Amino acid sequence: MVQPLKYLKETPSQTAGPYVHIGLAPGAAGFGIYEQELGWDIAGPNAKGERIRVEGVVVDGTGSPIKDVMLETWQANSAGVYAHPEQAVEVEEGFRGWGRVITDFETGEWAFDTIKPGQVEGRNGQMMAPHINLWIVARGINVGLNTRIYFEDEEEANGIDPVINLIEWERRRETLIAKRDARDGQIVYRFDIKLQGDNETVFFDI
Amino acid sequence: MRKPGEFYQRDRDWHPPALTPTYKTSVARSPQYALISLEQTASEITGPVFGHNDIDPLDCDLLRNYAKTGESPIGERIILHGRVLDENARPVPNTLVEIWQANAGGRYRHKKDTYLAPVDPNFGGCGRTMTDENGYYFFRTVKPGAYPWRNGVNDWRPAHIHLSVFGTAFSQRLITQCYFEGDPLIARCPIVKTIPDPVARAQLVAALDMNATIPLDTIAYKFDIVLRGRRSTLFENRLEGN
Repeated sequence: MVQPLKYLKETPSQTAGPYVHIGLAPGAAGFGIYEQELGWDIAGPNAKGERIRVEGVVVDGTGSPIKDVMLETWQANSAGVYAHPEQAVEVEEGFRGWGRVITDFETGEWAFDTIKPGQVEGRNGQMMAPHINLWIVARGINVGLNTRIYFEDEEEANGIDPVINLIEWERRRETLIAKRDARDGQIVYRFDIKLQGDNETVFFDI
Repeated sequence: MRKPGEFYQRDRDWHPPALTPTYKTSVARSPQYALISLEQTASEITGPVFGHNDIDPLDCDLLRNYAKTGESPIGERIILHGRVLDENARPVPNTLVEIWQANAGGRYRHKKDTYLAPVDPNFGGCGRTMTDENGYYFFRTVKPGAYPWRNGVNDWRPAHIHLSVFGTAFSQRLITQCYFEGDPLIARCPIVKTIPDPVARAQLVAALDMNATIPLDTIAYKFDIVLRGRRSTLFENRLEGN
């Protein structure tokens, strides 16, 4: 016999279902209830750095866009600092670094406005390339999927990023790189997510 | 020196796998490649912080937060309450808990829900609250009804409330569903059965809690939520050097 470890077990995950908007984005479900919904303003007005838009679709294994997805984003400010009490440095007033994004019911397109994050220190002092952490839930997804958005124009930093380089299959690394474009004077990064099949996006067990 | 470090690895045999064919939508929405395991960095061990000024105190009371003045929703009045803990049984204070649910007849207030049961003019179906300093939360609502869904021809979801919890880190983020003690639909539900271990399934069933009911007013169910535990970083650097 050994001593029991007596850890609690994590509450098991379940799908967010098709009506996730009722709880987490009720305006989109079709009714106004809260004075303010959370997560639409990621960076706030005072954040330094380059203002960008990130957009894309999430497609399933048949190639069809998924129209009932919710994505949450988590990122550092332009100095590479997270808005979290364990970080040594303060972030700009109003910068939360967290966003909540839902897809359009008709097209499946999603988009959010933010600032481009700075580099964050990874393990053993290695710098990570600028990235936005992403968490994806939807009907049919039993446990939320974690991935990262990196930026096409950070080629040098991406090349030595310790997380990108953890992916043994070089072809798969490309699925994490958002493509840069400019539209009406605004910087837009395109990041399509493929849940399954050819060019399946890399998902992490974090 | 001890300082808070990484979160315990998720036991993915305890959680549902991605591909669970009897829950049909999972078939085309489950990745086929293995997840890439990531040793945690600041990106994973930090997460958003919310405050009481983000939400209204009424947001946790679904009997009132959408009802017309002097009216209330139809249905079984319940309190859903419990604690948010981590795997070390430590409370998770000041964390955001959000819920959503159907009304007493199993109808969601959502433009995509076309079930013939009527919407309740006094029921919205969503709530949110912050846990207190002991990790405790509560909501007041009506017990949701079962509802049919297009999976098998005659599949019905058990009565359930969806819950979303943040914890202190992005890697603790969790969405789950709470079921109610004694519901015979639980054992038949393909979504419940995505979880392979019956002990894990039981962790999602809220217990009738007579100690917390308000006599002649509201019955109560208790639902504790456990988030990933966190270890201390015992050694900041490897003794043998990096």
